[in-house]
Amino acid sequence: MEFKIEIRNRKGVFDPLGNGIKKNIKDLGISGVKKVNVSRVFIISGDITEADAERIAGELLADAITEEYSTGGGWKAEGGRIRVAEIAYNPGVMDPVEESARKAIKDMGIYGVKSLRTERKYYIEGGITENDFKNICEKLLYNKVIQHIVKAQGSMPNAQGGGGYKFKLITVDMLGADDKKLIKISKSGQLFLNLKEMQEIKTYFKKLGRNPTDCELETIAQTWSEHCGHKTFRGVIDYEERAEGEGLKVKKSRIDNLLKSTVMKATNELKKPWCVSVFKDNAGIIRFDEKDNICFKVETHNHPSALEPYGGAGTGIGGVIRDILGVGLGAKPIMNTDIFCFGLPDMAHKDVPKGMLHPKRIMKGVVSGVRDYGNRMGIPTANGAVLFDERYAGNPLVYCGTVGIMPKDKSFKASQSGELIVAVGGRTGRDGIHGATFSSGELTHESETVSGGAVQIGNPITEKKLTDTLLKARDRNLYTAITDCGAGGFSSAVGEMGQELGAEVDLEKAPLKYQGLSYTEIWISEAQERMVLSVPRENLKELMDIFKKEDVEAVVIGCFTSNKRLKLRYNGNIVCDLDMEFLHDGIPRFERKAVWTRPVYKESGRKNKKDFTQDLLKILSSWNVCSKEWVIRQYDHEVQGQSVLKPLVGIKNDGPGDASIIRPKFDSKKGIIISNGINPRYGLIDPYWMAASCIDEALRQIIAVGGSLKKTAILDNFCWGNTDKPDRLGSLVRASFGCYDIAKAYGVPFISGKDSLNNEYSVHGESISIPGTLLISAISVMNDVTKAVTMDFKEKGDLVYIIGETKDEMGGSHYNLINNSVGNNAPTVDAKSGLKILNKINKAAGLGLLRACHDLSEGGIAVALAEMAFAGGLGVNASIKKVPYAAQCSGLKAEGGKKDEVILFSESNTRFIAEVRKENKKKFEGLMKGVAIGMIGEVSGEKDFEIYGIDGREIVNVGIDKLKEAWQKPLRW
Amino acid sequence: MKKPRTIVLRTAGTNCDNETHAAFKMAGAVSELVHINELARGEKFLKDFQILAIPGGFTYGDDIASGKILANEIRYKLNEDLKNFINSGKLVIGICNGFQVLVKAGILPGINTGAIEATLSFNDSGNFIDKWVELKAEGVCVWTRGLEEKIYLPIAHGEGKFIPRDKEVLKNLKKNNQVVFRYTENPNGSIDDIAGICDTTGRVLGLMPHPERHILGTQHPSWTRSGLKEHGDGFMIFKNSVDYVKEKL
Repeated sequence: MEFKIEIRNRKGVFDPLGNGIKKNIKDLGISGVKKVNVSRVFIISGDITEADAERIAGELLADAITEEYSTGGGWKAEGGRIRVAEIAYNPGVMDPVEESARKAIKDMGIYGVKSLRTERKYYIEGGITENDFKNICEKLLYNKVIQHIVKAQGSMPNAQGGGGYKFKLITVDMLGADDKKLIKISKSGQLFLNLKEMQEIKTYFKKLGRNPTDCELETIAQTWSEHCGHKTFRGVIDYEERAEGEGLKVKKSRIDNLLKSTVMKATNELKKPWCVSVFKDNAGIIRFDEKDNICFKVETHNHPSALEPYGGAGTGIGGVIRDILGVGLGAKPIMNTDIFCFGLPDMAHKDVPKGMLHPKRIMKGVVSGVRDYGNRMGIPTANGAVLFDERYAGNPLVYCGTVGIMPKDKSFKASQSGELIVAVGGRTGRDGIHGATFSSGELTHESETVSGGAVQIGNPITEKKLTDTLLKARDRNLYTAITDCGAGGFSSAVGEMGQELGAEVDLEKAPLKYQGLSYTEIWISEAQERMVLSVPRENLKELMDIFKKEDVEAVVIGCFTSNKRLKLRYNGNIVCDLDMEFLHDGIPRFERKAVWTRPVYKESGRKNKKDFTQDLLKILSSWNVCSKEWVIRQYDHEVQGQSVLKPLVGIKNDGPGDASIIRPKFDSKKGIIISNGINPRYGLIDPYWMAASCIDEALRQIIAVGGSLKKTAILDNFCWGNTDKPDRLGSLVRASFGCYDIAKAYGVPFISGKDSLNNEYSVHGESISIPGTLLISAISVMNDVTKAVTMDFKEKGDLVYIIGETKDEMGGSHYNLINNSVGNNAPTVDAKSGLKILNKINKAAGLGLLRACHDLSEGGIAVALAEMAFAGGLGVNASIKKVPYAAQCSGLKAEGGKKDEVILFSESNTRFIAEVRKENKKKFEGLMKGVAIGMIGEVSGEKDFEIYGIDGREIVNVGIDKLKEAWQKPLRW
Repeated sequence: MKKPRTIVLRTAGTNCDNETHAAFKMAGAVSELVHINELARGEKFLKDFQILAIPGGFTYGDDIASGKILANEIRYKLNEDLKNFINSGKLVIGICNGFQVLVKAGILPGINTGAIEATLSFNDSGNFIDKWVELKAEGVCVWTRGLEEKIYLPIAHGEGKFIPRDKEVLKNLKKNNQVVFRYTENPNGSIDDIAGICDTTGRVLGLMPHPERHILGTQHPSWTRSGLKEHGDGFMIFKNSVDYVKEKL
């Protein structure tokens, strides 16, 4: 029998979920809603009696104190002004509750359940129009990519996504296809392969004298996708630089493999002995202590997050966690970091690009997706950043990073011929088909219908179980290699592991979520929470026992061979037989054109202003600078108990910390510092200096909390527009040059990286690109975490120093942003003097001379001082007269003399503000000899924030509570 | 004398097991991480231990409600063993998700044996929250003997609002000195600011805040201001249980 059980709050019980939705409805601009009630619906069918259903509802599903239930199909709306929306998952979409609820029912001794589905029902009360209701449903309650509104009662779609599957080998007629046809095959199959690549494939099969199967073509498309193959970075680029207006060609060069000639080159030349594995595996690995190594990876999950923010972000974090589980022989994930870029949260609904969700909804969805996945995995999300720019409205960026720790001898993998291919973790479903190729194309307003299958919902508990079990099997040396099923699913995992050997897989052996998948779907599905192991036959039994004990599925699906072929069968029928060499090395290389033209922006005329209090308040309230506490508090940032510096610091635990520190071992003082540098606004002017600034920012955050450069490594993460277009590629190249120069000069190697290109959104043929966005993430080993420093002012009477030179570098600054201009002189990096500054600050921290230290970034001196003051609950009295200042910079025409506004708000790199005890004045100044410093004032006991200008007049005067309120208000949602 | 033995119970979705395990070890216990399947299949036995800890996490994803599926599993698979464990004078602690489990399994508050007398529901804010809170220690409980009047621990939960079944239950909780921790600033809407309770014996403790996350001085969120101490406020709670077993069992 089928029972529809509905559960709702008893009368009088406060419903925070309903209340939250009510608030969101108001945000949509719809008034008149009085109340929203949410109820949960479980549809259970099988061999169960009414008494069973009663027990299930009463004892298991409903809370005995706060809820009531109905087993008879649920309630109808009572009263006339209530509209009801019943939301269910689309067929084939994973419903995470299904598995655990079925387990619980079995625990009760009820075994007859055949299927279980869940729904949500929303009762919306109040005077709203049909159109309002439709809007509420579409904009808040469901996402048609994964859900639908249940129309007629009783007409449930088949949740299993179609019946049985009958084998039929499908071949694609390529041999007889002309160029036009080849393009068509690529397009209609969502292969995202270009003509040259299609021709190459045709030539290969022509030699074989047969057409490819659909499965073979899909395998090649996935392996050759930009997402997996990084074609742009590895290709040949014809590059030139120009200066706008002058029409001059400044520079011209030919680059053979951008990755090898910039980012990787820096690492190769630096030759750091503590780099264990770089640019080879899933993540970069560096030495931690005598016993363990640590690893770090940052991934992007942009396109799925644009269409289904909750699922997209959740599976993004799930994916990068699996990267860590799959590095070497597997590492234990110990920390997450997340960086997001969204459109402006206050964007008018009418301005939202067609087919896109509103930035605020995307942001809320992304944050809750990361929250629910990361928190459930028990990995602290202890660091991150959120940025806003209108150009991200059509294409948000979601960077997810994970740090792991592993025993030294588990850092490398090598599968051997004859070993078994074992699939472990979640089952394979129709979710996430074409993710790898989809993310290699542009988004359009049709993406949600065309590529909806690429979006999925993750199940963190499956991954958590998998994690616990894998680490047990690893420590018993039961497998020799491991790879995550990420983009491309089995195709990518098995293809990669068997690259040097060859592999055979019997696809029908893969455990499926439901019947009906074709052999190709099984092979390329990107269903979450799956990994592939290479297991020596003699270890199989022990491995299977461990997995069984922890209720994690493990199934042998094939074996590694020695014939360097990829052979796939379905019930004995050969469906794919490819040369590994062609698959991995057959991809034709491209020659692309890249042009970077130096832009010229109109300079905003500077007035001789007398008071900058309002400007400071405005910058503190700007989206990028304002407090992200609303986000941070939703993440469990201290699970595992290892945090030393949390993301929020200060007297009330609400000031913006520079970097996070964890100590991964309770009995050791050794720690890990994680930080991120990102500032796409500088890239609008010059991507070279943007890259330099990002590296500088990530490093100075490490230094500000007491770290050193000695064992610091960085990751690059490029999110760019469509690099088939010369201007996009030009700026990417220029940013890469910056990466090489500055990383090399600072002696900090890149250990891993990622690129996500094609971040464009096209409406009616017009393409809108995101600003080229480079994220630099830094990881540093700290010998003694008890030397850590936070940014909050500690005590009145302490001296306040500025370290590092301030230059007239207002280009891309937040001061310019609030004055609606960009500027032309972006902050530069002088790594020679910068290195001196970074090392000296580290020394001062080690000697305990810094009571507080904060790095200077968006908003310059004014913002950093304000943050230190309100985080510490103390005022400050400062004069900018003694700020070391250089009028000339970056070879550009500087604005001229020393000016209050430039000193207050310029965003020059490699600068810090430090708090030093009076009695340590001499010691500190002595230590700092050789770098530019200035003693600018004192911490005061009052709550006044006072800054005096060059001529001695007061230029900022405001209470710290007012500063803090301006900073906290925008994202207090 | 032999060291007290602690069992830290884990299952799918448990995620504070390692730090809880570490806290007991630091407090002087021998601690073992045991999967519930090992107990259910008779590979390990509850009776071999003196302290049971149900740590934080999202057991089975908290998919039906927080802690509900593990509570259900315990009721059906381990009920007798757990009753015997408690009745023989041994100690139990449920932290965060473990607290939710103990309440939803009818073990806490335990005024009437086995009855569901309270629940932990969604925070009033509707959001998960990670935050440090000040707690007033009160009540009569083995686990909290000799604690400072006010202690500082982090909370990290989405469903931490304590709701007793009715006024009668609340009255009895107070009368029996079963309210062990109260928030000085209520972060989630809990009735009567309740953050933790014990059973009528004072040997079974459940609390939403995480004492295992404040064992070391560096875990304090503003130790760079207030100075570094060797141990955090949560350490004493674990130490108390170990001392009690040494004394009494």
